[in-house]
Amino acid sequence: MWPDDRVSSFVAENFIPARVHVKDDAAAFRQYGEKYTAQWTPTILELDSEGVERHRIEGFLPADDFLAQLILGRARIAFQEQSWEEAAKLFRRVYEELPETDAAAEALYWTGVTRYKDTNDASALKETARAFSTRYTDTSWAKKASVWT
Amino acid sequence: MEIRFRHDVDRAFADAKQQNKPIILDFSAAPM
Repeated sequence: MWPDDRVSSFVAENFIPARVHVKDDAAAFRQYGEKYTAQWTPTILELDSEGVERHRIEGFLPADDFLAQLILGRARIAFQEQSWEEAAKLFRRVYEELPETDAAAEALYWTGVTRYKDTNDASALKETARAFSTRYTDTSWAKKASVWT
Repeated sequence: MEIRFRHDVDRAFADAKQQNKPIILDFSAAPM
């Protein structure tokens, strides 16, 4: 996961990376493991600058899926900050650059939500629901978007 | 390109707050 150049570049540009190792940082692993209820490795948390968890990745993922999850989490942080343009750009990046990943459908859903929050225009939700009629049709995100038609 | 993970997590949290930058916190058991 981590050695992939796309992953390391994205992390370097967007995050302060910190690691607690189950053996080598045992005390910190226990301390932060209890704080964030991390009970398995690998667990990767994307936290905002105040240390609030915004996204969680548990278990190994291939590089494309891992990168997609990282971008999705960064987009969720931008969403929480109401940085709508940045959030939409990151959500779109997931399904445009990594369309075969599990994160892509979720990113498409949240793109619609982000556009709606930014513009208060319900057509953004309808367009997203229509997009789900041809893409990612068998996902839970398509079901969630179906109410917008 | 290798990621330079910090192991002083308290310091990483303080820097994140100061720089208004998100954090990745990796709970790992991988060989180091």
